[in-house]
Amino acid sequence: MNSSLSRYEKLLVFGTTIIFLTIWELLSSLKIVDPFFISSPSRIITSAQWLFAHGLWNDIRVSLEEFLWGMALAILFGVILGWALGWYRTLSVVVEPFITMMNAAPRVALLPLFILWLGIGIESKIAAVFMGAFFPIVFTVMKGVRTIDKGLFDLARSFGANDVQVFTTLAIPSSVPYIMTGLHIAVGRGLVGVVIGELLAAQAGIGFMMSRASSSFQTDKVFVGLVLLTGFGYVLTEVLKMIDKYFESWRI
Amino acid sequence: MKIDITGLSVEYIMRRSGDKLIALKEVGFSIATGKFVCVIGPSGCGKSTLLKVLAGLQSPSAGEVLLDAAPVQGPGKNRAMVFQSAALLPWRTVLRNVTYGLELQGVSIQEAEKIAGDFIDMAGLSGFEESYPREISGGMQQRVNLARALVTRPDLLLMDEPFSNLDPQLRNVMQLEVERIWEQTRQTTLFVTHLINEAIFLADEIIVLTARPGRIKEIVPINFPRPRKLGIKKTPEFHVLEDRLSELMDQEFHEVVYQQSQDDRP
Repeated sequence: MNSSLSRYEKLLVFGTTIIFLTIWELLSSLKIVDPFFISSPSRIITSAQWLFAHGLWNDIRVSLEEFLWGMALAILFGVILGWALGWYRTLSVVVEPFITMMNAAPRVALLPLFILWLGIGIESKIAAVFMGAFFPIVFTVMKGVRTIDKGLFDLARSFGANDVQVFTTLAIPSSVPYIMTGLHIAVGRGLVGVVIGELLAAQAGIGFMMSRASSSFQTDKVFVGLVLLTGFGYVLTEVLKMIDKYFESWRI
Repeated sequence: MKIDITGLSVEYIMRRSGDKLIALKEVGFSIATGKFVCVIGPSGCGKSTLLKVLAGLQSPSAGEVLLDAAPVQGPGKNRAMVFQSAALLPWRTVLRNVTYGLELQGVSIQEAEKIAGDFIDMAGLSGFEESYPREISGGMQQRVNLARALVTRPDLLLMDEPFSNLDPQLRNVMQLEVERIWEQTRQTTLFVTHLINEAIFLADEIIVLTARPGRIKEIVPINFPRPRKLGIKKTPEFHVLEDRLSELMDQEFHEVVYQQSQDDRP
């Protein structure tokens, strides 16, 4: 999106950001609103410096590890199951209702179970990320396989293609844009999984740091966590957009 | 490849209404090896169905379809189809689209690319090998579609209204191209179209199908010498043929209109 902004528009975005931050800073430092509630940009920076000197890197590493493991597993199993469900009608008739139900269930409610089963270490958070990210991937990939262009299907058949060839040369490539769509949703849900998991019960991580700061009324630190998570989400979305652009033309 | 069709009928059951739709009814004809035959008829008369049966993509409800005296059993390496929509794989380059059929037939990629070279030249695609379908024009896409079929060196080439999405000028160019290429390959070719002048320009024989259910209305031989140039479209002989075929088609068109008025009746 950003690349399509004109220079004027970019300037506008930059300007409004500066104005927003200034107003925030002024509201807080002039005590118009109590900084205890809203912190301020300068307080957040100071607080971040202190935190980075006192173990924030470890929290970031733990959160990242949980997120990446959870996503990797969700992509691996989500794509494979999505392919299988899209390809085998009978399988999807049997399995799809279960998956739809699991997807409809409030997955946050499963967290206490994960913590019982897997403890308060990173494993329960990996499970939380997985549960968030897995379903959107399964559903979109399944849809991708099912919407193979009829013309391409006939084409492959006319050259005598067998099922394996149709699957590898048509189903897999045409599901790629759908995998990307799934990833966009999955990344958001995965992040939610990490944070909620850590807020609930953890030994380290950004969410854990935020939860501790909050219970000791350190608003600035909570905001540091918030800024980090927002930044991380933003970077991930931008990376996905770049990958999207590469695969854009794969859509039929 | 010699084609012998006797008593061919194809019926579909409409998925929604459950009604039976007869696409082809007791169609029979023979085509000698090396002939270029065009099939014309009103829309919905089963032209494409006929091609699909020959391609092995659609099984007949009744009748016999023999290719060199052997009944059709599914798709085969001896046939290739050129589709109405270019049906290119958007994630493959022009070269790899052309080799797609060969790859499916078990030819290694290196070997396929070597074979494809000649046909890329023949179809006028040189210099576009590494382009993606989205980067080339509709006319070029149809050339890829054609080259992809030719490269498998089929004994029977099946073309399903391949130029119907092109503008008239481009259509003329492509007709000339197909004629030129066919002069080189001399493959038995069945070309479906609804344009009378396209059929006359290309064909040795034109099979006219009736309105649904498609039957053979007439088989018209075309005897213009080859190679043909677009100029023949302006000759009196061409116009005579055009008039005669238009008249045949008009009769069928009226039939279609009548059928539709019957369908609409409460």
